[in-house]
Amino acid sequence: MRLLRHLAADDFKQRLARGELPVRVGPYIYNVQSNLPSVVEGFAILYGDFQIAEPGEFVDYNVAIVHSGLLQRIRGKAKFLFDRRSPFDSIPAGQAYAFLEWGMNWCVSVHANEYLTLHAAAVSRGDRAIIMPGTPGAGKSTLCAALGLNGWRILSDEHALIRPDTAQIIPLCRPVSLKNESIEVIKSFSSEAIFGPVSKETHKGVVTHMKADLHADSHDTKPLRAKAMVFPRYARDEPQRLSPRRRTDSFILAAYHSFNYSLLCEAGFEAMKTLIENIDCFDLVYHDLNFALNAVNDLPDRHSGI
Amino acid sequence: MSFLLQQILLEPRLAVQLNNELLNQLLSQARSARLLATLAHQLQNKAVDAQLPATVQRHLQSAILIHEKQKRDLAFDGETIRQVLDSVGERLVLLKGAAYMLAELPAGHGRLITDIDILVPQQRIGAVEKALNESGWNSSYANTYNERYYRNWSHEIPPLTNRKRGTTLDVHHNVLPPTARPNVNACLFFDRLIEIKPGIFTLSWQDMVIHSATHLFHEGEFQHGLRDLWDMDRMLRDFPGRDPLFWEGLVSRARELELQVSLFHGLTYAEQLFGTPLPEGIIEDTGTWATSLRKPVMDFLFSRAFRPDHPQCKLPYTNLALTILYVRSHLLRMPLYLLGPHLARKAWMRLFDDDGGSHQGLKREEL
Repeated sequence: MRLLRHLAADDFKQRLARGELPVRVGPYIYNVQSNLPSVVEGFAILYGDFQIAEPGEFVDYNVAIVHSGLLQRIRGKAKFLFDRRSPFDSIPAGQAYAFLEWGMNWCVSVHANEYLTLHAAAVSRGDRAIIMPGTPGAGKSTLCAALGLNGWRILSDEHALIRPDTAQIIPLCRPVSLKNESIEVIKSFSSEAIFGPVSKETHKGVVTHMKADLHADSHDTKPLRAKAMVFPRYARDEPQRLSPRRRTDSFILAAYHSFNYSLLCEAGFEAMKTLIENIDCFDLVYHDLNFALNAVNDLPDRHSGI
Repeated sequence: MSFLLQQILLEPRLAVQLNNELLNQLLSQARSARLLATLAHQLQNKAVDAQLPATVQRHLQSAILIHEKQKRDLAFDGETIRQVLDSVGERLVLLKGAAYMLAELPAGHGRLITDIDILVPQQRIGAVEKALNESGWNSSYANTYNERYYRNWSHEIPPLTNRKRGTTLDVHHNVLPPTARPNVNACLFFDRLIEIKPGIFTLSWQDMVIHSATHLFHEGEFQHGLRDLWDMDRMLRDFPGRDPLFWEGLVSRARELELQVSLFHGLTYAEQLFGTPLPEGIIEDTGTWATSLRKPVMDFLFSRAFRPDHPQCKLPYTNLALTILYVRSHLLRMPLYLLGPHLARKAWMRLFDDDGGSHQGLKREEL
């Protein structure tokens, strides 16, 4: 088993430039190509412990971040490519790393329909997985990063992949995206957090990524059973609380947070129904990270249905 | 010289012999040609998909799910548009992908669409646009250069987007711009419509083929070229069974519409790339001495344009060929005195408005 960090720096750089670096990410293999220095650097920091796929394995997603021509290079622009086509407009080269991560998210959001996919962070401890859906700004990534730095295993900060008709979640561990104030929050929360390049002035503000595979089992691909769904909401002026949530409301909210609930149609409904029936749901309102951590640590083991 | 995607589309059983690397190339080519769901459908049809690795199957299955979702959405949006048109006494006439899919034609199997194209009589455009605007279909091009271009020189009005659903609707009043050399009398299409569902119409089978060829050979960009040619092939294999007189009137109909040159190209390259069975002599019937004289040049250009944008598919001089075809399409569309300023303006927008003034985020064709 060869990890990215086992490659010599030059070899790593050349393979990335040529697009010959297939990396195993959860159930998928990404082939990544880039010759932009920030991307080379960020990828080395954040993906060092990821496995290189064997030659001849089927590649799921061919992605690249490159300058597409001299004019782009002069104007400091780059393009994200998927299968050599660019689904997005060009981007300032200074935001290239953030766009690589977003592009890699996009691959899963748009193409992975063998699972019910929720826009959610997911973490586990022992055999107990917790799904945390959240609208932007709800604090799911911040909470996910803090849990990861606190002994929890990060399964994903973006996609909870649910195997249809089970309550099983498929791990897809990739760097955690942190925005604006949450970067400082996590930096002061733990000195052990490792960060990739900072992208400024993106449409989401300042963005950086935190190395997420901090757990011994981070790259294990075995499905885990979800036990609870927690809807975090960061609110400075409200009393902090963890409160049970009705399943029916949770179903609707989780469907809203799904990438492919309506695409899967009846199968999506059935998958969501099975999931929600087999887990407990909670609202978590917080402004103090330690309160949130304790709340998640102390989640009641099996809540009776409400 | 054939390429992988072309081979497997025609002979799906060969897919079981491919190793992972070739399967990766196949899916990648299919995606960039927007033919992944079509490929998936072909493989499923021959029960080949189940013999492929699970990692490949999941992508094929996913593409089919996306196609099915589009089909459901299309049925819903189509009905909504039909009602709006009905309120001003117009029929809903679907073109291209939307027509193939709602009419359940083989060309619609696994077809992906980016927008819904409809045809409306030119004198009714004003009333139809107003009714659509009032029902939540609006243009995002208001008061821009692009809007003026559409209004003055195009055969369609600026694209309308549904506020709630995000669906894009292209309302055409003809199949070619008014400045194009063939002077197509669009009224002729309305005499032969086919009702595929109550109140929903398509062009006649012959007109559908002629329109598909026209669209293909007047387009300047060929990302969808292979897909459009596949549509042609599927239709040409299917329609003779629906209408025994299909072949007989095809050429004369194309002449009547002044679109025989496009039909000539369509038939020629469908046969060349997909081995479409054609009746004896039909290509000679549509061609003229001028088309046959130009044929070697056209072969050079189109053999490159129809390949997926993929390193394993690219022939030498592909970029040159694509540039020539881009310029050609504009020359076909407008006379030089109009074209010069337009291309200059477009080039300026591309250079300085960044990405030709398109919006941040997803490009329209990907939606």
